[in-house]
Amino acid sequence: MATQVLMPALSPTMEEGKLAKWVKAEGDEVRSGDVIAEIETDKATMEVEAVDEGKIGKILIPAGTEGVRVNTPIAIIVADGEEAGASLNRAGKTNGAHAPADAATGGGEAARASVDVRVKDAREDAAPAAWDAASEIPEGTELVQITMREALRDAMAEEMRRDDDVFVMGEEVAEYQGAYKITQGLLDEFGARRVVDTPITEAGFAGLGVGAAFAGLRPIVEFMTFNFAMQAIDHIINSAAKTHYMSGGQIDCPIVFRGPNGAAARVGAQHSQEYSAWYAHVPGLKVIAPSTAADAKGLLKAAIRDPNPVVFLENEILYGIAGPVPKGDDWLVPIGKAKIARPGKDVTIVSWSRGMVYALDAAKQLEAEGIDAEVIDLRTLRPLDIDTVLASVRKTNRIVTVEEAWPVCSVGSEIVAQVVAKAFDYLDAPPTKVSGEDVPMPYAANLEKLALPNADRVVEAVKAVCYKG
Amino acid sequence: MLDDLRNGTSPKGHPPELSRDEELHAYREMLLIRRFEEKAGQLYGMGQIGGFCHLYIGQEAVVVGMQMTVREGDQVITAYRDHGHMLVCGMDPKGVMAELTGRRGGYSRGKGGSMHMFSVEKNFYGGHGIVGAQVPLGTGLAFANKYRGNGNVSLTYYGDGAANQGQVYEAFNMAELWKLPVVYVVENNKYGMGTSINRASALTNLSQRGASFNIPGRQVDGMDVRAVKEAGEEAVAWARSGKGPYILEMLTYRYRGHSMSDPAKYRSKEEVDKMRHEHDPIEMVRQRLIASRRATEDDLKAVDKEIRAIVNEAADFAQTDPEPDVTELYTNVVR
Ligand SMILES: Cc1ncc(C[n+]2csc(CCOP(=O)(O)OP(=O)(O)O)c2C)c(N)n1
Ligand SMILES: [Mg+2]
Repeated sequence: MATQVLMPALSPTMEEGKLAKWVKAEGDEVRSGDVIAEIETDKATMEVEAVDEGKIGKILIPAGTEGVRVNTPIAIIVADGEEAGASLNRAGKTNGAHAPADAATGGGEAARASVDVRVKDAREDAAPAAWDAASEIPEGTELVQITMREALRDAMAEEMRRDDDVFVMGEEVAEYQGAYKITQGLLDEFGARRVVDTPITEAGFAGLGVGAAFAGLRPIVEFMTFNFAMQAIDHIINSAAKTHYMSGGQIDCPIVFRGPNGAAARVGAQHSQEYSAWYAHVPGLKVIAPSTAADAKGLLKAAIRDPNPVVFLENEILYGIAGPVPKGDDWLVPIGKAKIARPGKDVTIVSWSRGMVYALDAAKQLEAEGIDAEVIDLRTLRPLDIDTVLASVRKTNRIVTVEEAWPVCSVGSEIVAQVVAKAFDYLDAPPTKVSGEDVPMPYAANLEKLALPNADRVVEAVKAVCYKG
Repeated sequence: MLDDLRNGTSPKGHPPELSRDEELHAYREMLLIRRFEEKAGQLYGMGQIGGFCHLYIGQEAVVVGMQMTVREGDQVITAYRDHGHMLVCGMDPKGVMAELTGRRGGYSRGKGGSMHMFSVEKNFYGGHGIVGAQVPLGTGLAFANKYRGNGNVSLTYYGDGAANQGQVYEAFNMAELWKLPVVYVVENNKYGMGTSINRASALTNLSQRGASFNIPGRQVDGMDVRAVKEAGEEAVAWARSGKGPYILEMLTYRYRGHSMSDPAKYRSKEEVDKMRHEHDPIEMVRQRLIASRRATEDDLKAVDKEIRAIVNEAADFAQTDPEPDVTELYTNVVR
């Protein structure tokens, strides 16, 4: 049977090239894999290999020809004893053999047109049903007053007792008991096999943790702070977030990356950054940023049990703040559900993590001035519970977002964009963001204060959208 | 370079001969990779495979020899030049080829492509596009083995170019510190894209890169499947017995360009031809089989024919299998 040799493409964008040289002549015997010709573009050269065994029956394009279109037949290989002339007709058939493949590509084009519609559907499907956070804690539940630090530690300890695959690793998590004492006592209870002090090697241990998760373990990787996770962000995104998708669902990556995020106090720009938007941007990750001890415990336990990679953003300033937490080891908070922290009717304030301190403080001040603010604690940033926000805005017709992060491309920006797109007709004032200033964090006490949001700025923004004061 | 190879032969001299069955097995496995890759090159030329496509032609002895030293449960992880690794792990050539063409029957349902494929069933953990990233990941597989005490070893492959990534040394440090069962196999094919190892590495003996962590290493003639197997056995036994990591530097060579589009200006034709004609891993086995009368030309032709049929079947499947359903766009983002 005769086979056509076609002008190959060196890259998906190549349309034509030069047939630089024939290495074989008409009549030469060739074996599969033998180089028969060389082609060139301005960028690259490539050898053309025989696609089959046989004899070069005919060379169709002479050496030195420029501008040979991709997929043009350049030679014919015939089986021994076959006539080159006779094979030409058959060669036409060979061409036809590519038709199904072309059709497949065509199908792709047609399919693409319908993707837009489906994308929308998929997103709406994924939207969570309205969540009644008030019912999270059943009536009569016994509560204990503990700090967020203790809540986080208890969450890890309980999950480690429950599942031997859960372990914690990071810098100073074991013998030192945690740089911020979050892992206090874990080494004593679980030993060095499961509470692992690492060298100072963020890219290394983040990658190692992801590999262990691929193999089915459930690592909790502590970053001393998220500022240092930038050393490891390649593994968080390229290795952890994308592999489930890239493997067609075969590989799971049940890992939690946790540690303090956001501005600390008087440590300067490299140790004071808020990373919510960085991770919330990434499909394949879940991103959590609690503001209370109860949510911290319930969400960290949910994160450890979740089969996906979770970025769990804590806040150093909140570690020492105590709050009521349901007693016992079965307290879980669902990922992806916002909470109405304070119901109100005049304006919606949306925040998370430390921003909630400013938001709730502002709501109290506003109450004194006759403005009844509804405060929503997002708790999870991805998937974002936009439905809870929209339902509130449809009621209050005004929204202010509060975050410590830089304002450009922030989580607040995303919320505003979605509110404008999905509740435009309900708005009585432009949605407004309160954020950190667009500068690296300054060291000087007065400048640092200026760079961060505060309750007064939230009050001001709320009054502006309420057209008061 | 040839001197390099000579220095790289087993320190114990001539590598031990393989049995007839082993020799035939190696021949068949290497030929499968070679023919598969040639076919992939052709499909690329026809526009059936998109983007990057990194062929393994020339390096076949490395994965084939190493895979002869492992047992069920041991894991393999590598970078984007991964087709050969998947085939020796026993993954179906049809599923691999269909992933190259982006079809629904591909190992990643068409969503990973040439550089990102996995098979949990066959203990193949990818398929990674970020140079060097697979080294900590493979070390993590070893961490899980030790944590579970299952006695398995992780074979973690990377290139001479990847050897200059910092995270490789972060992984080395932890692997030795915690005595993790991992064999680092550095496939030194002399080039990272167009940059020769001499222009990229201050210390070109990559087997010694573990010295400051106290990790033993050996240079191996990676074109000789016997040498690879012998060194692999030593390294795998070391790791499995709890002594920690081991580095094997495989001196090898890729005949084809880095990816399909390659300027081919950074090395001479003579250099490539010399390797092809004097050190071809498959030809060496073939000649030994014939010379020792362990196989006849006809025996080998039959193997050839069988392989060709497998590869043609894979190529046909990869061209006729449909593209993924559009609903797949939003599946497998999270579980
Ligand atoms: C982090 C990163 N930097 C750069 C690249 C682009 N790149 C892809 S392959 C390659 C060369 C790697 O060479 P080597 O490790 O020797 O592997 P080989 O291709 O020879 O198998 C480069 C620079 C990449 N994929 N990832
Ligand atoms: Mg290389």
